[in-house]
Parts: sequence; C-alpha cells; structure tokens
Amino acid sequence: MKRCPTEAIRVRAGKAYIISERCIDCGECIRTCQHRAKKVNADEFDVMDGFKWKIALPAPSFYGQFEGVKDINTILTALKLIGFDDVFEVSRAAELVSYLSQKAVKELRNKLDGPVISSACPAVVRLIRVRYPQLCGNVLPINEPMVIAARMARAEAVKKTGLKPEEIGTFFITPCPAKVTAAKAPLGIEDTQVSGVLPASKVYTKVLSVLRKAAENTELLAASGRIGVSWAMGGGETAGLLNKNTLRAHSIEHVIKVLDELDNEKMQNLDFVELGACPGGCVGGVLHVANPFAAEAKLKELRSYLPLTGRPVDEDRDYSDFYLEKTLEFEPVYKLADDRVKAIEKQRAINRLQECLPGLDCGICGSPSCRAFAEDVINGKAEEGDCIVRISDELRKLPLSPEELRHLIPLPFRHREPSE
Amino acid sequence: MSETVKLNYTVDGDDFLAAGTASSDVKRVLRQLGFGSDIIRKVSIAMYEGEINMVIHADGGSVEVEILDDRIKVILADRGPGIPDVEKAMSEGFSTAPEEIRDLGFGAGMGLPNMKKYTDEFYLETEVGVGTTVTMVVYAA
Repeated sequence: MKRCPTEAIRVRAGKAYIISERCIDCGECIRTCQHRAKKVNADEFDVMDGFKWKIALPAPSFYGQFEGVKDINTILTALKLIGFDDVFEVSRAAELVSYLSQKAVKELRNKLDGPVISSACPAVVRLIRVRYPQLCGNVLPINEPMVIAARMARAEAVKKTGLKPEEIGTFFITPCPAKVTAAKAPLGIEDTQVSGVLPASKVYTKVLSVLRKAAENTELLAASGRIGVSWAMGGGETAGLLNKNTLRAHSIEHVIKVLDELDNEKMQNLDFVELGACPGGCVGGVLHVANPFAAEAKLKELRSYLPLTGRPVDEDRDYSDFYLEKTLEFEPVYKLADDRVKAIEKQRAINRLQECLPGLDCGICGSPSCRAFAEDVINGKAEEGDCIVRISDELRKLPLSPEELRHLIPLPFRHREPSE
Repeated sequence: MSETVKLNYTVDGDDFLAAGTASSDVKRVLRQLGFGSDIIRKVSIAMYEGEINMVIHADGGSVEVEILDDRIKVILADRGPGIPDVEKAMSEGFSTAPEEIRDLGFGAGMGLPNMKKYTDEFYLETEVGVGTTVTMVVYAA
C-alpha cells in the first residue's frame, strides 16, 4: 500500500483494493507484496482460440530468460512448437521506432523548451498523465513497439496467408502489467490490433519444455538486430537514437525524481529522456522469471551474434500511421471538486483534520499516509474514527485502569497517555 | 471574501536536498484544487527559485502560501543578510552566490528576475543585517 507511487491502494476489511483511475499499472505492488495479494489481469492461452493464424509477438526481454540458449532462433522456434503459427519479433518494430524517433525527436525538441520523453513504457506515460500536466506535451508521439509489431505482423500475415485481418491473431508476450492495459485500453489511439496479451511467466514454462526439441531443429526466424534487441535493457532506446544528449532512468522511484526535476524546468538542455518503470528496463518486468541482471547479461551475449540492425525500414513507405492519433491529455484524478471554491473548502477541512492526526503514516487505517487518510475522510471514503489514535481516545474514556489501557493501546501511540 | 487554504513550510538552510520540497507540495495541492498547469508552473517555479535563494543566501527561512479561488499568494521570509543593492540583485545574470554553489549549477543570477517574471505581483522588502521578505501573487482568474 505504501509503495504505490500514485497512492492508489487502500486496505479495507483485510483486503487491498486499487483505485483504478489512479493506477498506472507499474507493477510495484506485485513486485513488493510477499503475500502475492496482487495479480496481473493478463489473458489465458484460450484467448488464441478461434483465430485461424496465430502470431506470437515476443518482447525482446523474453530472450534473456533462458540460460542455456545461444541463439534467438531457438526461442522463436520453440514458440512455434507450443502452438503459434508464426512469430513476429517486437524488436523488429522497436528498430523501426528507433528509426522514426531519430527524426521525430528532433522535430518535437525544436518546439519544446525541454527534452522529449520516451513513450515506450506505458506505466511512465500513465504516470505523466495523472501527475505532470506540464509534461504531457513532451511525450514522443510514436506508438510503442508492441503496437507497431501487431500491426506489421497482421499486415504481413494477410499477404502471406490470404486470410482476412480478423482471422489473424496477434499475441504479445508481456514482461509487465502495464503492457496489458496498454494493449486493451490504449492512450492516443483507438485500436492496438493486439488480440491478446500472455504473461511471460506462463509462456516461459511452455517454451522451456520444448527448448531442447527446438534446438535440434532450429528454424531461421530472427529478423532483428542489436538495436532492436537492446530495447529490452535500460539505455537501449537511447542507443538507437544516435544522439548522445540523452538521459535514462529506470525503476519507478528514479523515474519520479527525474520527472519532478523536468517539471521544475531543470535538465532543459537534454534532447531525450528514456524512462522505464522497472529496474534495469523491461528485463526487470514483474512477469519475468530470470533475475534481471542475469537476463541482461544473457541478452548482451545473444545480441553479440546479431547484425547492428535487421533493416526493417522501407524507404518508400510513409510511416505516419505509426504516430499517435492524439497527444497525451492530462487526467486530473486527484482533483477534489470541479468547483474551485468547493475544492478549497475541502482542502481546508483536510488540512484541519491532518493537524489532528499523528503524522506517523502507520497505515493501520488502510490509507497510505495520514494526509491520504485525511483526504479519504473528507471525500467520504473513510471515517475519522478509523484512525488508531482516535480509537485510543475512545478507549481512554472506558472505565479501565492505566495498566489495562497499556495493553490495549499499541506502543507507538502510548505517549499520548497523560500518565506518561 | 472567499475561504483560503493556508500552507506553511520551513526551509532548512544548507540543505539542497530539502530545497524544493515545499514547492512540490504546493504543486500537489494546486493540482488537487484543479488549477491549470500554467498557473501551477508559474507558482512552483517562482517558489522553487525562492526556496533555493533562501538555502544559498539566508540559511533557510519560512514560506507561507495562501490559496484563494482567484489567486495564489506566496510569502518567503528569511533572517538572512539582506540585499544591499536591490536594483543590482534584480538584474538578470547578477549573482553573489559562492563559487562552490555555482559549480552545482545554481547561482546563475536568474533567481529574483525569474520570480518577478513568473508572478503577477512581486514585492521585495529587505534590510541589511535583518532579512528579506518576498511576496508574490499569481492570478488564477
């Protein structure tokens, strides 16, 4: 609850709930909670049923999961063995995004006072949307590689198979919950063309069981180069930009620090900022099985056998359809009231209540901090009496001896007893 | 007169890490109250510059913020050395920040000019040896 960067979690009657409009799908709660209280809303394998041609879209970070593998083709062949008709590497689309970004970053940068911000991590984009109204215009207006991969894969498959577009299923193998939401409820476009999102952890188990067979008879399916595969790791996207005036930061707390600085109009000399919610980049996604550092080492080995790029660019093609249809719009999810006078009234009440709270941010009330609790009370989502200090006050009114009270009031709040 | 939200902060001297916490908090409250991003930007930048000034020159101070539905008032008060030549201090590029502070990227001589630039009303009271009080108002109509 306290680790949630947008204060979206509340505990009620022993269960953790998410305030969905505040959730940015960063996965921090899944990473943190040892009790596995939070799970990802990804698809099951039956999402593939009913499609005549099924294409796997593996995120490049998926390649880093298998210790013994020396060749990306082995993993791609294994995906075909577990029931996909074809594979389309998301790293191929990433290379295309790198190519398009080289120009798009320059264009947008000229219109801005500060750097362009990457649009690749949906959790970061959603964080900007709810917390940084000033920075919404800095987000790169290009679709993330997953979406571009789905579109390219489907278009190629239509040509290859002669099937109708709706008969072709595209299934992204995701390292994180943010991509699930990005596929199903995208920002800036209407339809992602992603038919389903499968958690990397589940596909991992299936692939593992056929890896040996895949190694014996490997198909040559890999079509992307080092630039595309490197997107799985922190710094991969900036490397593809061929611009040295960039910054990169990964893991949600570092991302917030960088965004705060940008919001204060610091770091304005940079051209581009690559931000990712997971430590180390997508290899640190909560749905990945391998240790992120081991996965990074593995990817570095795998990419060393690859050409610099798989040459995904068709010089004659106009790629404007890969741009976002709308610029990012600020979503005021923390607004207290639409009417400002009412909002001020509420804020005054919050401040008054907060002054009476202990300020320990213990979380016993089910809100992440005393301030959040005060807001919840004023918004009618909690009651003043839910605070343990208030409960202690009530207990003191009972006909109990100081000794009995000592046992009823938890240690951190006992100092309020007049006898001590 | 309509109701006001009052916020009070203490800025510690010699602590660059703490500088900016007050303006961040004000930013959060202004967002909750539904102010537009341009208004939030003006207030937070002017206030952040003021906080930095208090850390560099005055060994800290206090900030009082009053939020009304049509304007935001920020009062920055310190008991620092005061400003001997206000006109000079208000000119862009003039700075008395020590070398080591400039090495950190601060002290570009834009603090006070920026505070004036980003606000609709700007008042500076100062007395050498006593301290400085800056009052800024941003209209939000």
